[in-house]
Amino acid sequence: MANAHAVAPLGGRLVTPVTVVLAGLTAIAGVILLFRFFFGLGAVTNINDGFPWGIWIAYDVMVGSALACGGYAMALLVYIFNRGEYHPLVRPALLASLFGYTLAGASVIFDLGRWWNVWHIFWPGYAQINSVMFEVAVCITAYIVVMWIEFSPVFLEKLGMKDVKRKLNKLLFFFIALGVLLPSMHQSSLGSLLVVFGYQVHPLWQTMLLPLLFLMTAILLGFAVVIFEASLVSVGFKRPGETSILARLSRIMYWTLAAYMAVRVGDLVWRGVLGAAFAPTLEALMFWVEMLAFAAPLVLLASESSRGRASRLFVSAVLLMLGGFMLRINGFLVGYETGSGYHYFPSVPELLVTIGLVAFEVLAYIVFVRTLPVLPKHATH
Amino acid sequence: MSINRRDFLKGALAGGALLGMGAEAEARPNKTMPPQALGLLFDSALCIGCKACVAACKRVNGLAPDPTSGDDPLWDVPLDMSAYTYNVIKVYKSGTAVHKDQETDGYAFMKQSCLHCVDPSCVSACPVSAMLKDPVTGIVSYDAGACIGCRYCVAACPFGVPRFEYNKALPKIGKCELCRHRMADGHYAACAEVCPTGATLYGKVTDLMAEARRRLALKPGEKTVFPRGQLGGPDQSYSAPAPKYIPQVYGEKELGGTQMIKLASVPFDKLGHRPLPERSYASISEGLQHTLYSYLILPAAVLGVLGVVAKRNAKHDDDDDDGSAGRGRK
Repeated sequence: MANAHAVAPLGGRLVTPVTVVLAGLTAIAGVILLFRFFFGLGAVTNINDGFPWGIWIAYDVMVGSALACGGYAMALLVYIFNRGEYHPLVRPALLASLFGYTLAGASVIFDLGRWWNVWHIFWPGYAQINSVMFEVAVCITAYIVVMWIEFSPVFLEKLGMKDVKRKLNKLLFFFIALGVLLPSMHQSSLGSLLVVFGYQVHPLWQTMLLPLLFLMTAILLGFAVVIFEASLVSVGFKRPGETSILARLSRIMYWTLAAYMAVRVGDLVWRGVLGAAFAPTLEALMFWVEMLAFAAPLVLLASESSRGRASRLFVSAVLLMLGGFMLRINGFLVGYETGSGYHYFPSVPELLVTIGLVAFEVLAYIVFVRTLPVLPKHATH
Repeated sequence: MSINRRDFLKGALAGGALLGMGAEAEARPNKTMPPQALGLLFDSALCIGCKACVAACKRVNGLAPDPTSGDDPLWDVPLDMSAYTYNVIKVYKSGTAVHKDQETDGYAFMKQSCLHCVDPSCVSACPVSAMLKDPVTGIVSYDAGACIGCRYCVAACPFGVPRFEYNKALPKIGKCELCRHRMADGHYAACAEVCPTGATLYGKVTDLMAEARRRLALKPGEKTVFPRGQLGGPDQSYSAPAPKYIPQVYGEKELGGTQMIKLASVPFDKLGHRPLPERSYASISEGLQHTLYSYLILPAAVLGVLGVVAKRNAKHDDDDDDGSAGRGRK
């Protein structure tokens, strides 16, 4: 994306112990996926007819795409709310989003039993527009394309194609607008996916406000991930921290969080289901983990001075990511019950695929920031 | 710089508007039953648990022995519906389990198979029209050629009906399709064809509903006639005393109605059929989606506003190669 601030490739070695480990984890996932494609989903996962969706959906797609909302949240802030001062955060956030979304989208293929038919979703005659999943699939695919276009100035810079870049920049506002609209649509719809499950989703999570809850937490996770990644980048690549800009960002995040908690708790009270949170059940326990993860940053970041402390910012970001993770895992797995007698906990190979996917994402991020102009130019040592 | 009260209020207002829409999302009404809809009437009190229907279903649908029967089974003993078993008879037992159709110290049978909902969740959920409801017969059918294997139908079905082949490289979904593939040559649902007591009866749903009401109106013990096979087909009826029923036709109202309806002498929630609301989950889900995405009006309007704002806020980015800092807010 066009960037007012000077950006430059980081340079440096690509083959390091870290990248080798990441590549190894990616390779393990690749081997497991070979088994999956030759012997079926049951050969490597623990999914069953009572839990037809496991972590490849609940984590890789639901949580994965929400954690990839950094680019969305920053574009919303910089281009829609006109907060130009956050511009240095846009390009790195967009890169992480690009990988997060591309992999979340691609990982769906691993989970589709009849993956060779996947094009049917977009094909008139097959496409079923009343399906929430249709909306999700079309919007996510479109957003991945839009993000590659938004990010293409980085490649064009590298390739020295100034003319193309200038022309693209004239139209970029349209893709920026799409890049804000599309995630708003599909992140909310990821929540709406649960509505048709009816009684099968526990009342602590089954609500008509699911789209709003998923949308607000996606934005929250977007801010949290930007803070998380900026902290890691400054430590990992030994660059000066960006705490002052992150502190200001966290103030916006704080009020978004306050609004979310008001909606979440208000909805529970209004529907009269808060009692279920005090029942001695696994659902209630996991509900409290989710709620405390969201509530703790409200305390941690309450004062101006606390928002200036890098450690507090980092811990709060991690807690918010945990909260968003829990909301999605709770809605799709813990709070889902189709009938008695079914159990699900991911198998080791299933977990290794998810871990491999994350490893590949981090690996690609490192390669990109070392070879392409993504991060703000600083004196590195 | 920092978010001010005005911006926060704006955000809160926008959130509130969306919230209001969510809360008031006017769901489309439930879909209605096609007048010629076909279905089944299962009468738990007539079922003797012989499982002839289970065997017949597997035979006419060419289904392999259920994996729960072991690797080289002498008998196919499915415990539940699966991709290899579209129809199964389950038993309810209580206490000493001596008396048939008695809630305490008794037992009762229940048929588990697709209920062919009037407003099916699987059809609403499927993104590729692989689950379809026939506009004339109302049969909910599955088209493997269209299916992407996402299993949203498996997760969505409130009765746990569609099942998936987890141990195949090229898997399919399996579910009862009311033997629609056998109708061309004059056959009908095999489970009803072979049922020796008429516990499973095939016919038009309107006729089946009338028959169900007739049975509910009988005095327990009174002599009556029970048809077998196909209602309105060749007469295979026999006479027997009327059982004592729970005064409810399961499937009459549940989630907007089903085309397989059920009678029983033991409360339905004991037989694996929980009480369900009359509003279909499909209508709630689609109502929500239609509120947000009707003719794409709302997304188009939002895109317009975003486009105008983004054009204003991003215009200084056009010539950014000079690397000048301090950009952004004017």
